[in-house]
Amino acid sequence: MQKGIDAAASSISGSSRYLRPGVWLSRRWSSPWRRPLVLGTFTWIYLAWSILPVGIAMLFSFNSGRSRSAWQGFSWRWYFGDPTGSVLHDPTLHAALIQSLRLAGLTTLVAVPLGVLFAIGIDRWRGRAATSLNFLMLLSFVIPELILGVALLFVFSNLFDFIHLGTPAQLLGLITFEISYPVIIVRARMLSLGKELEEAAMDLGAPPTHALRRVLMPMLYPAIFASAVLVFASVIDDFIIVRYLSLDASTEPMSVAIYNTARASPTPALNALASIMVVVSFVAAVVGILTYRWLTKGERGKNDSAAVNLAAQI
Amino acid sequence: MRRRRRRANEHGIWYPRWYWPGLASPGALWLLVLFLVPLYTVLAISFGTIDPIFRDAVPIWDPLRWNSAAFIDILHKLAGSHSFLLPPVERTLIYVCAATALCLVIGYPVAYFVARYGGKQRGLLLVLLIAPFWVSYMMRMLAWINLLGSDGWVNRGLQLLHLVPHPINWLAGDPITVVLGLVYGYIPYMILPLFAGLDRIDPALLEAARDLGAGRLHTFLRVTLPMSKQAILAGMVIVTLPMFGDYFTNDLLSGSPRTAMIGNVIDDSVLTPGQGTDAAALVILLTLLLTIPMIYYLRSTAKAMREGV
Repeated sequence: MQKGIDAAASSISGSSRYLRPGVWLSRRWSSPWRRPLVLGTFTWIYLAWSILPVGIAMLFSFNSGRSRSAWQGFSWRWYFGDPTGSVLHDPTLHAALIQSLRLAGLTTLVAVPLGVLFAIGIDRWRGRAATSLNFLMLLSFVIPELILGVALLFVFSNLFDFIHLGTPAQLLGLITFEISYPVIIVRARMLSLGKELEEAAMDLGAPPTHALRRVLMPMLYPAIFASAVLVFASVIDDFIIVRYLSLDASTEPMSVAIYNTARASPTPALNALASIMVVVSFVAAVVGILTYRWLTKGERGKNDSAAVNLAAQI
Repeated sequence: MRRRRRRANEHGIWYPRWYWPGLASPGALWLLVLFLVPLYTVLAISFGTIDPIFRDAVPIWDPLRWNSAAFIDILHKLAGSHSFLLPPVERTLIYVCAATALCLVIGYPVAYFVARYGGKQRGLLLVLLIAPFWVSYMMRMLAWINLLGSDGWVNRGLQLLHLVPHPINWLAGDPITVVLGLVYGYIPYMILPLFAGLDRIDPALLEAARDLGAGRLHTFLRVTLPMSKQAILAGMVIVTLPMFGDYFTNDLLSGSPRTAMIGNVIDDSVLTPGQGTDAAALVILLTLLLTIPMIYYLRSTAKAMREGV
């Protein structure tokens, strides 16, 4: 297609071979079909700038020396080789890894079901109470995390002081912060599905609970699954809430461990810890995308732009 | 027996009256107890007092007995002769504006290229644009700490090219490092809404503009730019909101009080005994400052939700 257009363009502008290079260039430049070279170069430079630093940091997690900027040979030392400083043997880094995964898993397990039920309920429940609750949910989504983090710290140290700082408080706080993800995604899906199939099921004699469980729920699986992956990745990335609600080093997850040691005296073990989390997130993303595609087989393509738009909001 | 009463919804399907509220209630209860109550607690603490012995913040729950000492104190710190709060607030505004502008200037051409000229590489380009979302923010800052250190690759490269005689100390209170750190951290959140907005512009409209005689520049200024106004605004709000509450980028890339922002002031006072009310009052002021962008973001999220997936 592009080649055909190019050929057409050059035949309009005369056979390009017989033109002086300057004229040829200026004709190429003003051709409405030329590919934007400057813009393309700029985009690739941006992508390199955005991705290479992380790649370099991951590379140095395999450094055999203590430096994070001078390469001294490949080794697994900072992952498990080093008897004191590796991720496997350093108790702080080890605990941080476990805590990140534990918080991400448990938050997903609670926040997604709560959010899905809330989304279905709020979608069908008409009235002022439903509108206010929906507004409250959206507010919990847009509020800057610093504000929510301070608020949660205050409430757990004053009003709900029977909930201990550390894992319990972190979990309650994270679920509050993450519950809006499944709600927004599932509601968006419900609004685009409409009610027709459910109504058809009930016209055919299905009781309401069956219409919900056997007709609506299967159609919501892609959205539920996507929100679970998003919540998991978002908890691994979380910093403000988990830091305020952590008790001591044993309940500080990966992000807090990096924050605490990045400027102090880090070894490549810190890079190794961060690299492990990058790999975990990427596996979650790939599994997520593949499963999502499999679940939505046959309905792809029609709403790509809307999906990107929603993803962009989140 | 009361629960047996049923009600038709607008499509004539019969569900028990309590059915939908019942489904929503666990999540609703959660949000009321663990979102609304904490927000009220901040209010009660900001209008509360400090325990003279334990230095703890003591909330006052009854609005009629609220004590506005903390707010008066903060206004003094903002405007008085020893206004040590004013510089961080000014700095926050300057850094956030600069970083948001840079995000837009860098992000718009990238989003435009991927949306209009992605071609066969579009999928790959999108994956690369989304990739930073899957790398933890702290990891991305750690990467720059490594690169910007005194023997890091940036300094070594500059020395290799003989641009600087000694390594530059990037990580000790340099505002440029902080602003670039913010740009690096938040720009992916700007590009995605820009891409979504630009991608929805029908190419036929651009072709029509060109057919009617508008040049490349005119087509962009008169068609593309006005049609992407919503996306620009959404992208700006999405990156601005977290930047205002950001203190960790500053801590990691500078750590110096010379670049402290309002987030750093809040973070410091939250963790200092005896300053609980101040911290709460600052959080309330920050919330008020961000009300308009928050409402805009809320409305655009509700709109994106209605468009479905």
